[in-house]
Amino acid sequence: MRVGFLHSLIRKDEKLLIAELRKRRDMEVVFLDDRRLVFDLEARPEVDVVLERSINHSRAMHALRLYEGVGIRCVNAYEVARRCGDKILTAASLRENGVPQPELRIAFTPDSALAAIEELGYPVVLKPAVGSWGRLLSKINDRDAAETILEHKSILGSYHHSIFFVQEYVEKKGRDIRSFVVGDECVAAIYRSSEHWITNTARGGRASNCPVTPELAKVSLWAADAMGGGVLAIDLFETAGGLLVNEVNYTMEFRNSIEVTGVNIPERIVSYLAGTVR
Amino acid sequence: MCKCPVCDASVTISDDPVEGELLECEECGIELEILALDPITLGEAPEMEEDWGE
Repeated sequence: MRVGFLHSLIRKDEKLLIAELRKRRDMEVVFLDDRRLVFDLEARPEVDVVLERSINHSRAMHALRLYEGVGIRCVNAYEVARRCGDKILTAASLRENGVPQPELRIAFTPDSALAAIEELGYPVVLKPAVGSWGRLLSKINDRDAAETILEHKSILGSYHHSIFFVQEYVEKKGRDIRSFVVGDECVAAIYRSSEHWITNTARGGRASNCPVTPELAKVSLWAADAMGGGVLAIDLFETAGGLLVNEVNYTMEFRNSIEVTGVNIPERIVSYLAGTVR
Repeated sequence: MCKCPVCDASVTISDDPVEGELLECEECGIELEILALDPITLGEAPEMEEDWGE
C-alpha cells in the first residue's frame, strides 16, 4: 500500500506519523511536498491513499480536491477539510446535525457585526472565519472595544477579515477539552489549561489527560460525523448545560497529547488509514 | 552535526532526518528546515502564514 504523505514543513507530529508508517511492512511512504507539486487535473500519483498533513489550509484543501478528482481516497476528505477549515461552515454543519455549540452570529459589515455583538451581549469572541492556533481572536468586553476592533479589522485586515464570526464568550474556568476522533472511536482527550482565556497548546496551554467519558465520546463522535468523519480533533467547552463544540480540526496536532493520555495517537491514525483502503 | 546558517552554532540532526523537517537552533533559537539530505543542508524555516494551523 502506497501512502501519499501530503506535507510542507515536517513537524514533530509528522515525524511521529512517518515513523509509524515506516513500521508497517505493508506501507510505503510517498512524500508529496505541497511546495513542489504541480497539478494538471489529469495525472494521478501512484498512491493508494493520501494522508493530508499540510500546514497551510488553502493548499491542503485544494490539493485534496484535486487528488479526489483523479480518484484518490484522501484522509481527511476534501469536504471534511472545507467544513472544518472555515468556522462558518463548521457552525452550519454542526447546526444542521443538532450538535451543541456556543451561541454565535455571522455578519458581513462592521455595522451589522456591531449589532450582532450587542445582541449576543458582552463579552463576545470575534474570530476570523479561517485561522488556527488561537491567532487573531479578540475577546471584546464592551462597545468601545467592539467599535475599535471592527474598524481596525475592516481597514487593516485582508478581505476575509470583513466576514465577522461572533461567538458568545463561554466562561471555561481556565480549561477546555480537546478530544481526538479516529474513525468511529474517540481515542483520547486532553484538558488544555491556561490562565489566559486562549487555551491552545500552541499558545502555551498545558495538556493533561481528560478521561473519555460516555458523554465526551458521544458529543465528539457526533461532531466528527457532522463534519463527514475521519481523523479529527474536537475542541469543546464544559458548561452547566453540557458539552459545547467550539471547533473541529482536520489536520490535528497531537504531539503534546501522546504522553499525557498514554495513547499512541499516530499509530491509531495509521491503523485507520490501512482500514480505509482494504 | 550541522552548522546553523544564522549563528554558526552546531545543530543536532536526528537519526532519521527527512526533507522539510523543522529544527530549532538551541543557540540562537531560530527555526530551521532541512532543505536536503545528501549532504544535509539547513536553511531558515519559512515565516508563519495566515492560513497555517490545524
